[in-house]
Amino acid sequence: MMLKTTTALAAPTRRGFLAGAAAGGLALGLGLNNRVQAAEPKKGGTLRVGYTQGSTSDSLDPATYANDFMFATSYAVFSTLVEIAPDGTAQPDLAESYEATPDARVWTFRLRDDATFSDGKRVSAADVVSSIRHHMGPESKSGVKPLLAQIKDIRADGDNVVTFELEDGNADFPFIFNDYHLTIRQDTNGAIDPESRIGTGGYVIEAFEPGVRIELKRRDDYWKAGRAHFDKVVLLKVGDPAARMNALMTGEVDLIDRPDLKTIHLLKRNSNVKIHTQNGTLHYTMPMHVTAAPFDDVNVRLALKHAIDREAIVQKVLKGYGTVGNDHPIASSMPFYNAELEQHAYDPDKAKHYLSKAGLSSLDATLHTADAAFNGAVDASVLFSEAAKGAGINLKVAREPDDGYWSNVWLQKPFCCSYWGGRPTPDLMFSAGYAATADWNDTLWKNERFNQLLAEGRSQLDQALRAEIYGEMQQLCQTDGGALIPAFGQYVSAMNTKIQTPEHVSEMWDLDSVRFIERWWMA
Amino acid sequence: MPPLMKLILSRLALAAVTLLAVSALMFVGIELLPGDLAQQILGQSATPETLAAFRAELGLDQPAHLRYLDWLAAAAQGDFGNSMASHRPVADLLSTRLANTMFLACYAAVIAVPMAILLGLLSALWRNSLFDRSVNVGALGAISMPEFFVAYLLVLFLSIRLGWFPTLARIDEAASFGDALYRSFLPALTLILVVIAHMMRMTRAAIINLLAAPYIEMARLKGVPRWRVIVLHALPNALAPIINVVALNLAYLIVGVVVVEVVFSYPGLGQLLVDAVASRDFPVVQAVGLFFAGTYITLNVLADILSILSNPRLRHAR
Repeated sequence: MMLKTTTALAAPTRRGFLAGAAAGGLALGLGLNNRVQAAEPKKGGTLRVGYTQGSTSDSLDPATYANDFMFATSYAVFSTLVEIAPDGTAQPDLAESYEATPDARVWTFRLRDDATFSDGKRVSAADVVSSIRHHMGPESKSGVKPLLAQIKDIRADGDNVVTFELEDGNADFPFIFNDYHLTIRQDTNGAIDPESRIGTGGYVIEAFEPGVRIELKRRDDYWKAGRAHFDKVVLLKVGDPAARMNALMTGEVDLIDRPDLKTIHLLKRNSNVKIHTQNGTLHYTMPMHVTAAPFDDVNVRLALKHAIDREAIVQKVLKGYGTVGNDHPIASSMPFYNAELEQHAYDPDKAKHYLSKAGLSSLDATLHTADAAFNGAVDASVLFSEAAKGAGINLKVAREPDDGYWSNVWLQKPFCCSYWGGRPTPDLMFSAGYAATADWNDTLWKNERFNQLLAEGRSQLDQALRAEIYGEMQQLCQTDGGALIPAFGQYVSAMNTKIQTPEHVSEMWDLDSVRFIERWWMA
Repeated sequence: MPPLMKLILSRLALAAVTLLAVSALMFVGIELLPGDLAQQILGQSATPETLAAFRAELGLDQPAHLRYLDWLAAAAQGDFGNSMASHRPVADLLSTRLANTMFLACYAAVIAVPMAILLGLLSALWRNSLFDRSVNVGALGAISMPEFFVAYLLVLFLSIRLGWFPTLARIDEAASFGDALYRSFLPALTLILVVIAHMMRMTRAAIINLLAAPYIEMARLKGVPRWRVIVLHALPNALAPIINVVALNLAYLIVGVVVVEVVFSYPGLGQLLVDAVASRDFPVVQAVGLFFAGTYITLNVLADILSILSNPRLRHAR
């Protein structure tokens, strides 16, 4: 049940994550494995959703969003400057266009003329400035605060233009504004009212009972054409997986997230239900502290990377709803994915070879784990331990309590299980978890070349050059980095066959990157 | 009835002391849990800087004993404060959930208590008959299964196979009373199955125990019909233990339903408490915990008083 974690621009949450879904093998690219829907979107109907997460402690304050329930609400009721399109690019949303100076240091966003709040007021540059400032400054407790630290100055130039001046150039800067935290609210005297329900999104709130349900109604005067098709939307928190699946089978809800993969085959028997899978950026990791013995020797790290049976973890823990990882965090559906890297595979002889290179004949290590890291982490750890025996590695599995896992184990123990929800671009992913200065650098890895490339790639607007830079960074992560990344999970959801999705959906996060409420419709 | 008054007053004073102890224990318990509200809300994205800002806003940077005393002083005046996580008044948070929990508990109790006593009486009346045996086997079977299993069985047969009842017990202000009864039938039935055995078996045992007493024999010899012996002669003297068991089960119906709430997604107090503990939302945990403790204490005091009233010998000090 429950909890909790925002990751700036990251994953819909850490806890109780059910591994994602879909046909094994290689990712087919954005949305190609989703059923092609020929039908045109149609207005009408009520969408009822059974959602895993949602808590009594939820509030509308965008700085505190901590679970899928609030992310979905946020995108339905409010809007962001930019949205990630199904092809993975950052498209203007509340903004009409954006542009950068050649050094990617000053960014100018021009706002749309026709975007209005649900009370009829037009969106102004002052609203944008106050909404972004809400997540900055010493008093802010927002999860995106570290990402916004690069902003030196925000200015409203007139009523329609907002200018951001950054510390250093950042070619991926617009992607940040897709984050569900950074929705635009009304400005009152230089600040926003965080509890205000007035938004620019396609829906208004009719009833909100935190941790239980929210009822949304479509705005008739929504300014965005071709979006927001359902008349009404009801999000229900249904924490128990069996209850969620039962509710879908009996038709009490139309859509559920995270069906139990162990019993998903029973859902398939119902002809009114279809399974939806997305190859996301969600991945499971086992970070090693590269500063702690024995992981400070790169050969030990490589030995462990060859002592894990990735295929077995995908098949047995993820029930086939995933793909093998290659020890770097870039998903095949992301821009600048390096397809030429050799795939790390289970190879006890190679693992032994690296051990002997490290001057060892056998190795004792402890892997700290809990299902709080990801659903199935304990099973995956035990599988790893068994496979590692073949390479002369004695891997002890230390089971930790779920409660407090993120404060007591992750970032604290030298070798543990974790997950990342992924980021839209390599720069954002690497900056969040792999840069020498990152707060969440969970491997304490400080590779000079890597960090130099990171800085180089960030201010570079030439796409070919960036592909080269990020390609090399993935290779450095794989061969030198401290993160063992055994698998990428797929996002799995199940829905009534009446629910229609566009031909291509955005795969970064679950359910069309959590924008399903305004993008999907009912046949 | 001065001795009874004295007893009630002393019980109430003890109850107040117990509640104080419970509140202190709960506070210590929450303090012992790893992490605090700021850490739980920020989770993986927490940085030292955002944590400090969040803690200062919540007052979590104060020493623990000061936070407890502040809370106690306000609570003693009836102010339970605001939820730290959602900033809503605890009283508001509690009221709808409390109404839902009480609704479900009353729903189950109104059916379970009379039914359990009736079945207990009948099985005592027809002791060792086929009826007695089948009622006992049925009730013990229901209580032996964990309640989530009973709940899933009911869902499987009554809603998925037969489609008679909804699987989600959604209660909202728009639902009419009849609607609410229909939607929450399955959770109520689960609770009924879980509590009935205890009360039924106690009624049966207490009455059978009395049937061996000389005055019952006397009544029989005088030719009083068997059902009259049981209802008019045995039952009044068996009330004390039955009342105690009923009180215990009523308390369970209010405070012990978390699992049933989860299976049916029923928005009751249990779920609120679980969420509050998970996010270390201390004011909400305290309020819900005190309510649960208060329920137990009140029902037990009530059971004691009723047992005393039902037994003239206990009414007079020796």
